Amino acid sequence: MQQPILHVSGLTMDFGGIRALNNLDLDVNEGEIVALIGPNGAGKTTFFNCVTGIYKPTKGEIDLYQKSRNTMISLLGMKPNQVTAQGLARTFQNIRLFSQMTVLENVMIGRHCRTKASILGALLRDKKTMQEEDQIIQISHEILTKIGLIRYENEIASNLPYGAQRRLEIARALATEPVLLLLDEPAAGMNPQETIELVNLIQEIASEGQSILLIEHDMKLVMSLSERIFVMDYGKKIAQGTPDEIRNNPAVIKAYLGEEVDA
Amino acid sequence: MFTLEEIKRSFLVSVWFVFLTFPIMVIRVDSIEKTVQWRWMNVFWVALGTFVLSFVFRYMMRRKEMKSSDEDEQGDATGRSFLHRWLADPKYRYIVFGSLLAIAIIFPHVFSTYQTSIMTTALMYVVLGLGLNIVVGLAGLLDLGYVAFYAVGAYTYALLHHFFGIGFWVALPAGGLLAALFGILLGIPVLRLRGDYLAIVTLGFGEIIRLVLENWGQFSQGPSGVSNIARPGFFGIEMSLDTALLYIFYLMVIFVIVTIFFVNRLQDSRLGRAWIALREDEIACQAMGIDKMRTKLAAFALGAFWAGIVGVIFAAKTTFISPRSFTFIESAIILSIVVLGGMGSIIGVIFGALILILLPEYLRALSEYRMLAFGAILVCMMVFRPQGIIGSIRRTYTYQNKKKPDTKVS
Repeated sequence: MQQPILHVSGLTMDFGGIRALNNLDLDVNEGEIVALIGPNGAGKTTFFNCVTGIYKPTKGEIDLYQKSRNTMISLLGMKPNQVTAQGLARTFQNIRLFSQMTVLENVMIGRHCRTKASILGALLRDKKTMQEEDQIIQISHEILTKIGLIRYENEIASNLPYGAQRRLEIARALATEPVLLLLDEPAAGMNPQETIELVNLIQEIASEGQSILLIEHDMKLVMSLSERIFVMDYGKKIAQGTPDEIRNNPAVIKAYLGEEVDA
Repeated sequence: MFTLEEIKRSFLVSVWFVFLTFPIMVIRVDSIEKTVQWRWMNVFWVALGTFVLSFVFRYMMRRKEMKSSDEDEQGDATGRSFLHRWLADPKYRYIVFGSLLAIAIIFPHVFSTYQTSIMTTALMYVVLGLGLNIVVGLAGLLDLGYVAFYAVGAYTYALLHHFFGIGFWVALPAGGLLAALFGILLGIPVLRLRGDYLAIVTLGFGEIIRLVLENWGQFSQGPSGVSNIARPGFFGIEMSLDTALLYIFYLMVIFVIVTIFFVNRLQDSRLGRAWIALREDEIACQAMGIDKMRTKLAAFALGAFWAGIVGVIFAAKTTFISPRSFTFIESAIILSIVVLGGMGSIIGVIFGALILILLPEYLRALSEYRMLAFGAILVCMMVFRPQGIIGSIRRTYTYQNKKKPDTKVS
């Protein structure tokens, strides 16, 4: 049995009278690519926001595996930055880059939670701080090379083509050395060519043992990438299984296409 | 360029301006002799002036539009101005800074005490601008009550001296640290606020500090202020007024250098990057593992620290302070320095401070129109160069296998 790295159980989120998430269970194992799909408004992004600490869930458990201590720790009540420090990095549905910073600096920001230079270090520029700084630049550079954005290194992020901006978000998230990478609709708005490149990129990242949980509407991408799929509708999990199982699941077909009416 | 259409438009503009300025430029009521004076000649001058200026304005607008379409085609090439490329070269940079330093050193020996005193004030605003630049330019937190920290610094020294006879050199760090503490005190309640709301709260904070100083007579001597504050000492040597002013000028030069040095290092550090990330996108910034609270508080505290330091020097320079020195207009001027000079750009802020403080002093002859010109400059700046006189340019890192990164313009 593989080691589960994210364990979510009974997750419920209420916005006033609206139950956006209803008693949701979800597991991601180490090294897996898992997809979360569902019609618009099913609560997928709400789920991401709960897991990453942006929303406080009404009920439920969220546990993340900690390699150093070899245990699961609860992410409940943590702030977004603490969640990231524990090893859960995400991208955003609508791109949220630091648009006036260079591409390299964007990735360097991702290293923030893995470094600890203080104000004093910044002022004195002692050896330790400078070594850390060099290391940040080097790691960021390597990540950009891997993602294939190195030629844009010193461009301002907002000047990048759309597809490259999406990939930069992934690069930035990878810089935090996540245990689990959450991708919120990484292919949204991409043309077919860019989508193919993205699939290759995600496969490459996954082949290095990176666990990924992604939300996506592009079924071709989901089916070709993911090992397991969770389907949500109206805040509930309606199905889970391998791509083949999901494809033929009547509940999923009903949620997406509606029910067949007997004449 | 001089088509009939254009002339018609400029004519309409000048008619409109004649109408707008009619009450202030034409009518003058003499309340003593109870006569009304009609200065019809001014109609002509206003009309002529606006007629010509409207042509200039349209020309500049066209040039700006042409330039921006150029930029789209050429991309990065035009992104860096001549000045930036020039300053990026370390050889020139040392020459520029070296000559500026030389000018600063000989300045008081060439010019009069009056000029030196004005220059000292300008240098104080350079440091204030650089301090506020951390909060507004880097961290993107609009602070309209910055003068409060300046006041905290000034009153720290004034009151410590008045009640306990504490000297300048002890009060200097005390004023800075106390201002930083107040920065944190202001920072805590405004952590969740952004944009307009933040501006209003900080504006209120600035007024609170001033009103407390004005009304708490036993503590701060109220509106009458604190007088007889000692000038900074130099190993107990007695100095004449001229020497003391000269001494303060050199102190200020040193403080400006120290501030530039520290602020430059801060903005290129891990914390500096976090500030800029916070300015760009708060949610993404948190999602990347940056502690929003600590980063904001650090910005408020470090920004306030410099204001506190300058406050102590201000008290020592003028030897008299009252709450009237710390009104909202001071905050507005410091903010204008940052915006006019270029948000997030150290060189820009220095230029901004020198222009905004020195120009009004040397244009005293035109003092009646000072605020008018000030407003016009700000409007034109926002239209033609919203990034400031010298906008900030992101640092680029050239990567050479584990060698030290090359730093370009800060």
